[in-house]
Amino acid sequence: MSTQHSKAAKEFLKNQTYAKWHDATFWSVRTKRDNMAKGLAEWEQLREKASAIKRHTITHLDEYLEQFSSQAEKNGTIVHWAKDAEEFNEIVYGILKQHDVKKMVKSKSMLTEECEMNPYLEARGIEVVETDLGERIIQLKGQKPSHIVMPAIHLSHDDVGELFEEKGISTEKGNHDPTYLTYRARLSLRNEFLTADAGMTGANFGIASTGDIVVCTNEGNADMSTSCPKLHIAAIGLEKIIPNYDCLAVFQRMLCRAGTGQPTTTYTSHFRKARPTAKEMHIILVDNGRSEWIGHPEHWEILKCIRCGSCMNTCPVYRRSGGYSYSYFIPGPVGINLGMLRDHRKHSGNVSACTLCLSCQTVCPVKIDLGDQIYKWRQQLDDFGTANPEKKLMCKGMSVLYGSPGLYNLATGIAHWANLIPSPIMNCGLNPWAEGHDMFKFPKRPFHEMIKDIEK
Amino acid sequence: MSSKEDIIKKYRANIRERYDMPDLSDIKATTYPDPLKQFVKMSEAVGGQVIEVEAGRDVNTLIRELFPEAKEIASNLPEITISTRNPDTIGSAQALNGTDVGIIRGVFGVAENGCIWIPQHMKEKAVCFISENLVIVLPKSEIVNNMHEAYRRINFNDYGYGTFISGPSKTADIAQVLVMGAQAARTVTVLLMP
Repeated sequence: MSTQHSKAAKEFLKNQTYAKWHDATFWSVRTKRDNMAKGLAEWEQLREKASAIKRHTITHLDEYLEQFSSQAEKNGTIVHWAKDAEEFNEIVYGILKQHDVKKMVKSKSMLTEECEMNPYLEARGIEVVETDLGERIIQLKGQKPSHIVMPAIHLSHDDVGELFEEKGISTEKGNHDPTYLTYRARLSLRNEFLTADAGMTGANFGIASTGDIVVCTNEGNADMSTSCPKLHIAAIGLEKIIPNYDCLAVFQRMLCRAGTGQPTTTYTSHFRKARPTAKEMHIILVDNGRSEWIGHPEHWEILKCIRCGSCMNTCPVYRRSGGYSYSYFIPGPVGINLGMLRDHRKHSGNVSACTLCLSCQTVCPVKIDLGDQIYKWRQQLDDFGTANPEKKLMCKGMSVLYGSPGLYNLATGIAHWANLIPSPIMNCGLNPWAEGHDMFKFPKRPFHEMIKDIEK
Repeated sequence: MSSKEDIIKKYRANIRERYDMPDLSDIKATTYPDPLKQFVKMSEAVGGQVIEVEAGRDVNTLIRELFPEAKEIASNLPEITISTRNPDTIGSAQALNGTDVGIIRGVFGVAENGCIWIPQHMKEKAVCFISENLVIVLPKSEIVNNMHEAYRRINFNDYGYGTFISGPSKTADIAQVLVMGAQAARTVTVLLMP
């Protein structure tokens, strides 16, 4: 009866020490977020405004996209449009080929993960070097991110230390101190920045009124990626465009407070055009499904997401199952929803990864009703043909049971006979109610009889 | 039809209902009785160092005292006489690698988060990131309360680039341990000028 998610989560939970660390780590990030939220009297008002700005923007995005692209072109950047991942990858490759690029450094971009750009370029002979430390680690390890803001959270400092030794990045064997490892990565990446022919960034925001793209990082790797190479390519999902600086102020204040519990990222950088000593700056606006999702009657508001990661940090299921338990590359509540929009047959297994506690929508800075949306997806599983047959059968059985009072009274009256079944049989692997603990004991008398006694 | 027209047309056709822009003028943004004090507090909280420079004190001597070991100092500020490299004339961004101290100018600071607005004012902006230690010279009278005020004030010049910097480059990507000095400046010192 297990879904794909719960099967994968079982693997994650095999290492209980790590699972507990993972849970506690994300809870501490959630706590930091709470402290930040409490530190601003206007926090809830900001959430209201942020939600309303996004609702307005994504329902006027046709206008803002026109405005953004014409401003950006006026500034001197070259703007491209990609309807899907394939066209995006082709455009990137075309630009790189035109400039004879052999190596490109890039800062973190979930959009390039979405489009699977790195393997596309690597297959065509271009070396792509991730420069966010977490992304670099998983790139060297040949893995995918397990969190959108903390991509290498599934690895311990020993894992990273051994990896760096193997790759020749660190020289002191057995020194797995995070400060030392970070320093070694800095030296190695510095060399990449200096020798790359192109730099790629994502964008946290695009500003329609000015044509700026805005990139927020703590490491400064987006700025390093664009300070030395002769070419800058920025990849932006359509929904990242916002109207103006007044709106940006609201989101800048919330993004990092909600995501990592910091008052700001170290760098909030605005790019309008290529450096005087660089050749060109390109912006690629990517649709890849967004123009369809806006038309979805129940799920269009997912496009409000600013990718802060707070819904994952707070989610009791994410915290206890890790990013790799989800089939979509973005995990947690927003990832469940995005995965269903992308391919509901492929990612139906994720919708069970939710207790409907709604903690996600309580913290979401743009007030997306993430948990409610997961509930709505669940109602459609039968229509999609992805409902679990055993659960379906159980539901049918339950509707018969609950639909006839006589049968119900009989069943609850004799349920305690089940207590007589010997433990090895009752608590075997076939009973899903006896996983991780013994089967509960049925009371001798059903609740409705006991309550009648009390009421007497 | 080009992809641009295709995408915009399809998006427009799929919008179900259009929502109005909310009024943002009524945001009750936090302000501080002493924004400078808050700015100093936040700058230190994010790992920066803040020094109030007394009137008449020579900045060059001060920076020398702060970084006695520094060999390569990069700046294009006219008042900085100790620089060994100039990001306007150095020829390439790569040549700025190995800078021990970079000295740049900030336009204003933000009390709520320690951000300092730095519109590019040198040919190679690499100096803001590639330097091991970054010194930001900032007039202490120029502190705004929050990002709403900040975004009403920012300006660009023909370089077309500007950044808010709040403290040194940092990461917690290895096992969530906070480490200062990821890919860019390892320390940030703000000199508050009279």
